[in-house]
Amino acid sequence: MRDALTGSRIRERRQIAGLRQAELARRVGISASYLNLIEHNRRRIGGKLLVDIAAALSVEPSVLTQGIEATLISALREAAVDAVGQQAEVDALEEFAGRFPGWAGVLAQMHRRVVSLERTVETLSDRLTHDPHLAASMHEVLSTAAAIRSTAAILAETHEIEPEWQDRFHRNLHQDAERLADSSKSLVAYLDDTETADDRRGVPLEDVEAFFERHDHHFPEIEAGADPSDLDLSGFDSTAARTVTRGFLDVYATDARAMPLDAVKAGLDGAEPDPLKLAAQFNVDIATVLRRLAALPEGVLRRPTGLVICDASGSILFTKSVPGFAMPRFGEACPLWPLFQALNRPLVPIRRRIVQLGRSAAEFDCFAYAWPQGVAGYDDAPVYHSVMLVRSVEEGQPSDQAIARVGPSCRVCPNDDCASRREPSILSEGF
Amino acid sequence: MSRKVLLIEDEPNIAEAIRFLLTREGWQVETHSEGTDAIEVIQGAQPDLVILDVMLPGKSGMDILRDLRELDDMRSLPVLMLTARGQSRDREMAENAGVSRFMTKPFSNAEVLTAVRDLHAQATQS
Repeated sequence: MRDALTGSRIRERRQIAGLRQAELARRVGISASYLNLIEHNRRRIGGKLLVDIAAALSVEPSVLTQGIEATLISALREAAVDAVGQQAEVDALEEFAGRFPGWAGVLAQMHRRVVSLERTVETLSDRLTHDPHLAASMHEVLSTAAAIRSTAAILAETHEIEPEWQDRFHRNLHQDAERLADSSKSLVAYLDDTETADDRRGVPLEDVEAFFERHDHHFPEIEAGADPSDLDLSGFDSTAARTVTRGFLDVYATDARAMPLDAVKAGLDGAEPDPLKLAAQFNVDIATVLRRLAALPEGVLRRPTGLVICDASGSILFTKSVPGFAMPRFGEACPLWPLFQALNRPLVPIRRRIVQLGRSAAEFDCFAYAWPQGVAGYDDAPVYHSVMLVRSVEEGQPSDQAIARVGPSCRVCPNDDCASRREPSILSEGF
Repeated sequence: MSRKVLLIEDEPNIAEAIRFLLTREGWQVETHSEGTDAIEVIQGAQPDLVILDVMLPGKSGMDILRDLRELDDMRSLPVLMLTARGQSRDREMAENAGVSRFMTKPFSNAEVLTAVRDLHAQATQS
């Protein structure tokens, strides 16, 4: 896991240095594809290569290997609080992750899996309760089983039974056995082949995020004018994930048409992006600019850039992670994020320098904007979505505004004085 | 005097098995398989006990039970409810509707017989 973390850090530092993958690979004498594998944590790294990469990035090798990502720490803390009957040594958590990074990663991964499976169980349980087709199928199976059980018991336990009754019960038994076979088959087919199988994962957002992550949130085919429906989405297990992905790809295509890549690059010209100026330049709304900036190919923006989109209920609809900024996997994010504040002031672009309370205390420049999703008719209130661009800030870079303190989510936030706290923190003594 | 049970169940083979069991126990068994007119059938039959399935065509057993308990002369009629749904909220719903005993499918013959005997004994004592 230390290697895995190192890969992510190399990628982060390379992006900060504004180096392309191919360039860094050339400088250290390896192929770009091998560096890509390292950065995506698929190859171990150490020794001379690590020293060479550190030198090429002008950092000490220890910068690339020390420290544990905030998201891993957050995941471990959540695993600790969710543990039943076990008191984890939360104060020694960082030491644990540092000394046994592999096990820490496994634990965090297992916890995520448990949470995901719990969601699936909830979904299926809910389905059993509310799905009329499934409820009817189950009723059919259980009723037939009841008939068979009663009839078989009568035949087995009744000593003197009239031949007429005996014949009738044998006939019923045969009839019910056939019916049970049919209804069981139909139930299994329903569970295997239809909606339930489609929604087996229960959490489509995870699949959607994994898909976008695999493509580095950038789709050259769409940039070149391809229709998003031409992209191969057959790898998805669930229809829900496919549908959600298709929706985001459609938005991507619309944004790309409104802000063509070459024009955006020319407009930026290496400078810090100013969403307001870009919106005016391309005659688009701020939300389009923020989404578009997060979808630019690697190297266009000098620093790592993430994105979060939520709806008016605060449910997270889409995320692009950025190193050092912890994003809860299933909503329940800190309500102080500018993302949610923008919902209180729709159509007003918000800019905030924030620090996410936690181990790294890294700073981020955030741009947030809430916009209506369209109005169906007269006197209908619009439903808003909100988007937030999260830009990591170079260490020591001054800010002309006050820095807001926000958390990842209440459970792993050390700020006890927060008026917006929803539940006690699991941190007993801060970081 | 013969004791009468009204069995409202749309699964004919379950109805037949229960009818056989109770008849041998000395019960006079009448059966009905529709939910829509169940209240009228109960009022007409004047049974000592009702065995009521939950999922019936036309009207659910739960609605039948609620309507039944609205009638003054039916408040204390013993009702044994049969259902394929055994979740606690279903049981709670049945209790709120005024069920005397709740039984989930698939049940054993002994369970049905015991429940019927118990309910009848309680009703005749009170």
